[in-house]
Amino acid sequence: MKGVRHYPGFLSITLLCLVVLYGPLLVVTAYSFNGSTSITQWGGFSLRWYIDVFTGPEAPRFRSAAWNSLTIAIMAAISATMIATAAALAMMRAGRFRGKSLTFALINLPLMVPEIVTAVATLIFFSMIGLTTGYLTILLAHITFCIPFAYLPIAARLQGIDDSYEQAARDLYASRTQSFFLILLPLMAPGVISGFLLAFIISLDDFIITNFVKGAGMETLPTAIFGSVKLGIKPNIMAISTLMLGVSVLFVTLSYLINRKGRQSP
Amino acid sequence: MDQAIDIEGAVKRYGTVTALHGVSLSIADNEFFTLLGPSGCGKTTLLRMIAGFEDITAGEIRLFGQNIARLEPNQRPVNTVFQQYALFPHMTVIENVGFGLKMKGFDATQRKARAGQMLEMVHLSDYADRRPSQLSGGQQQRVALARALAPEPKVLLLDEPLSALDLKLRQAMRVELKQLQEDTGITFIFVTHDQEEALTMSDRIAVMSSGRVQQIGTARDIYETPVNRFVADFIGETNLLEVTVSKADGDTAEVILPGGHHLICPAAGARLGQQHLSIRPERLRLAHGAGQLSATVQRVVYLGTDLHVMLVLEGGTQLVARLQNSRQLSAPEAGAHVFLDLDDGAARLLAD
Repeated sequence: MKGVRHYPGFLSITLLCLVVLYGPLLVVTAYSFNGSTSITQWGGFSLRWYIDVFTGPEAPRFRSAAWNSLTIAIMAAISATMIATAAALAMMRAGRFRGKSLTFALINLPLMVPEIVTAVATLIFFSMIGLTTGYLTILLAHITFCIPFAYLPIAARLQGIDDSYEQAARDLYASRTQSFFLILLPLMAPGVISGFLLAFIISLDDFIITNFVKGAGMETLPTAIFGSVKLGIKPNIMAISTLMLGVSVLFVTLSYLINRKGRQSP
Repeated sequence: MDQAIDIEGAVKRYGTVTALHGVSLSIADNEFFTLLGPSGCGKTTLLRMIAGFEDITAGEIRLFGQNIARLEPNQRPVNTVFQQYALFPHMTVIENVGFGLKMKGFDATQRKARAGQMLEMVHLSDYADRRPSQLSGGQQQRVALARALAPEPKVLLLDEPLSALDLKLRQAMRVELKQLQEDTGITFIFVTHDQEEALTMSDRIAVMSSGRVQQIGTARDIYETPVNRFVADFIGETNLLEVTVSKADGDTAEVILPGGHHLICPAAGARLGQQHLSIRPERLRLAHGAGQLSATVQRVVYLGTDLHVMLVLEGGTQLVARLQNSRQLSAPEAGAHVFLDLDDGAARLLAD
């Protein structure tokens, strides 16, 4: 059998995809180390724009936005992971119940609803119940849309765990709670951690929904970057973008490694 | 004295499907009891009901007199050896064995002593700090046994525990299991679809099919005096013939085989008419001169210790005889005409 490399056009299509997908990222990363004030002309290697992010005129704005992004992402990811874990347990372990397929659809539907629709609907909902937009509304919205992302790896992991482990624990005199915390949760852990990391990343870089429900004066990192770009792209934007890219890559890699390690054990 | 297990009218229904139709049986203390049957016969369902993993639709399960049918699994003093062992992969071997003791509230010192003792019993003391994934299938099997026996259950349940092992190991484990049962004095309830396993280890066997117990008895009982067609056919090999009972008085009956042969067989209270007759292949002998049946040899299969002789009776009925291979045996040739004799009581009339 011929390998995929021998198909006609393999090389050109691969190169095209790589360039379209990763070319812009490479350019932004490279130019974040640019010494000049121009965003197109190379002026030698320098860390000045990274220093500018932390100490420049926009630094206080970025710092408070980054703090908001980070705390919201952590809280949203924790809450979404707990809810997703409970949902996965109900779907995979509670046997058959009325409305199971409906529940499955409801859990995963947010992945398919256009984000702009969710954003508008969430904003209208908050204003209808009289909730002032701000930190809390961003957090609530993030928890909600993070649930399906956290659910996917958790449910996938749980599906691969034979229920005889919990039965063995119950058989050996463990209560339901003990069997969950001593046996099932450790076995699910790789999926739960993956789910958490995925939810964290999704929350960290969300722009559309956040922009709708954040209210005046409240910024997360993506909305702060967008606000800054509206006044013209400066090289410090490339530096901060590269930092965010680094965080995302780190988390996705962690999630992958944890999942791979988990697959090896049971 | 109370029986170890008393099951009365156990019914299991899944929606409209009935998996168990009112099973009743008693298992004595210190007995090696086997539930034997083809897949889907309800044997595993019954075992899981005793363990508490399946709800009981109707009926009672008593453990030394106490009704346990509606208790949670962790409230029942029975432990299970699972088919795939279900050893906890994130714990070491000794932690696995000590888990039941930990849940029962034994402190670390007691746990270590008892778990160590159990590992010694199954010859795995050197593996205490390994993970289950670092052990072979046979070793995992023994860890599963040690784990289930460590909390000193009143009854040990074994769900086809040998089916994942290769043949050699399986045969060795049979002997070990039986020995373990005798040493510990714990009642074992063993589920299997493998009749050889059942026959070699069990004190008594319950043969199950389609959610019902067909027969309960010792290995010899169910092999030599099967109560119905299913049991005769399922246990060992047999020749099942459709016969007509022409005369029945007292303890014997006269039957007519399809080819017109007449046979006398023991049958207390047999009814007249069409019935099935079972003749074990090893109970047929070649006769010198005239015999009870006459047949033509179709084919002879050499099996080492035995010869399988496939025969056709006059009238077209097929029959298999199993002859022990010995120096005295002059093997018949294909196409030869032979006479056959039956051992006393070899032919048995069966209920359907």
